[in-house]
Amino acid sequence: MPVYTVRRVLVAVPTLLLISLILFLLLDLAPGDPTAQLPLTIPPEVKENIRRSLGLGEPIHVRYLLWLQQFFVNEPLHLMSQLTGIDLGGDRHRVISWQTRSPVVDLVIERLPQTLWVVGLSYVAGIAIGLPVGIVSARHQYGWFDQLGTFVSMVGFSVPTFFSGVLLIVVFSVEFGWFPSIYDTTHRVTGWDSLLFQLRQMAMPVTVLALYNAAQISRFMRASALDNLNLDYVRTARAKGMSERRVIFVHVLRNAVGPVVTVIALGVPGIFGGAIVTEQIFKVNGLGQLLITSIQASDLPTVQTLTFVFAVLIVACNLLADLLLGILDPRIRYG
Amino acid sequence: MVEAPSGRRFRERHALRQFMRHKGALLGFAFLVFILLFVAFGPLIWTIDPQFIDIRARNSGMSLSHPLGTDQLGRDMLARLMAGGRASVAVGAAAMLLSLLIGGLVGLLAGFVRWLDGPLMRLTDLFLALPLLPLLLVVILLFRDALRAAFGPEAGIFILMVGVMAITGWMQTARVVRGEVLTVKEREFVVAARAVGVPEHRIARRHVLPNVLSSIMVSATLGMANAIITESALSFLGLGFPSDFATWGRLLFDATDYLQQYPGRVLWPGLAISLTVLSVNYMGDGLRDSLDPRARAR
Repeated sequence: MPVYTVRRVLVAVPTLLLISLILFLLLDLAPGDPTAQLPLTIPPEVKENIRRSLGLGEPIHVRYLLWLQQFFVNEPLHLMSQLTGIDLGGDRHRVISWQTRSPVVDLVIERLPQTLWVVGLSYVAGIAIGLPVGIVSARHQYGWFDQLGTFVSMVGFSVPTFFSGVLLIVVFSVEFGWFPSIYDTTHRVTGWDSLLFQLRQMAMPVTVLALYNAAQISRFMRASALDNLNLDYVRTARAKGMSERRVIFVHVLRNAVGPVVTVIALGVPGIFGGAIVTEQIFKVNGLGQLLITSIQASDLPTVQTLTFVFAVLIVACNLLADLLLGILDPRIRYG
Repeated sequence: MVEAPSGRRFRERHALRQFMRHKGALLGFAFLVFILLFVAFGPLIWTIDPQFIDIRARNSGMSLSHPLGTDQLGRDMLARLMAGGRASVAVGAAAMLLSLLIGGLVGLLAGFVRWLDGPLMRLTDLFLALPLLPLLLVVILLFRDALRAAFGPEAGIFILMVGVMAITGWMQTARVVRGEVLTVKEREFVVAARAVGVPEHRIARRHVLPNVLSSIMVSATLGMANAIITESALSFLGLGFPSDFATWGRLLFDATDYLQQYPGRVLWPGLAISLTVLSVNYMGDGLRDSLDPRARAR
């Protein structure tokens, strides 16, 4: 397992580098001058200095390396000095948001927990619903539960999150008034009551994404379990007199869940996209909402950093899925 | 005595029969045809201009003169729904076609040219790991003004959206096509054709492409569903077409501001998007079942 882990991590690094290169080139080749927005009262020679400090005069590979240094050396050093209290960063340059005039990474740290909570909880809920539904559907293929499950999951991933979210608001906030439609961003969890409030305001955003996740997971789980249920080892297990529960949950589940993990990993970018939309609907102050507001304000440093943070999160999720796959199926580790 | 159909005809007829037997697929197909007719010919029958502002009739409910009511500026919702559908379906179809073209080409190349297979598949994996929605937003932010200046506000955004969605949406098709090509290439009739001395490009065109077409069709339906959702999501985030230009996502986005007062107004565009995507997905499901030889055996 350690060798496999190291190998997977080593594959993730070039992926991340390539993504960063794409991001850099995209912003670099885009029409427009980053100093075009500066006030006209700035004298030309100062403007020239600003351009030089942004590295605009340098050849493209130098600028890319500087950009990399910024993300992989400067910002982590500053982060460490914030965590440990020891000054490691010194006076190294930081990425500053044009909108708030504060370091972008601080903003990201502030917003990251909300997004991770929403995405993480929706995955947990989606797996908790999707796996059992998929298995039962496969076990009783073409039964009433399977038909119903297939229909619900079709609806689940056809209805876009921005419609299901709005529908939930109409029904549960406007009609019944059970849940708040706007996320209270200043809320702090101090006791049981405030924890309950926090759960209530997270309920709808998580539900929207969880339904989408559950729909996909149950579909793939059903297909994968169906593939396995007809194999010889299942018949052998049944012939040996094992209880049906043991056959399904011990033998079939472990074999069938592997392909599902791969598919879930491929769906991770979609989930983060869904999270951006969901945060916008429920006004959750997560990374997605920050991205939208900085795009509206043309705040390029923040946009760039956030897109890269999303890339890092997606690559990390893929890495996690790979490692999980290695645990579930030992053949992959030695393959 | 009915003449026995030849192999290929038989297969096609069998696939058609399978498709007809799939109730969901048939319903989906019927609904899709209905939606297409609705957005294509609807405006010819319901001739109110979707841009016409009748401020005195604003926020009116369902009535004979406005079957679906009007919005906050008194524009007729039915006319806007049709116009919005035109835009959404056009963007979806164009993006789907372009991404099929890219995906099919990459898949064919990867399947046929051995030394290209590795690099192209790594590229596909890389694209699959990209944060697509944030990237789409960034690209639109960066190139919006330039394209707007070059092609006008609506055509510029259309080109931008279709192009960007094609560039970020071809990967599934490429993977499927490559897989199919690799299996078809080993089949006896291709080996036989090669043994007879048929040149490689003709093998690709005459023998492999028709056999890969079915899976391309399946991924076309899924790609279309995806493209419609993405366009709506971008419009919903306020980064799509200009605000007076109706698309389904834009209508939904505008309606959410009046969610508390007129909750019914979000329903129509939302239903239009959801039902169209649902029917396209059901169609894809039916196509896959009817074209999949394994499903056929059951």
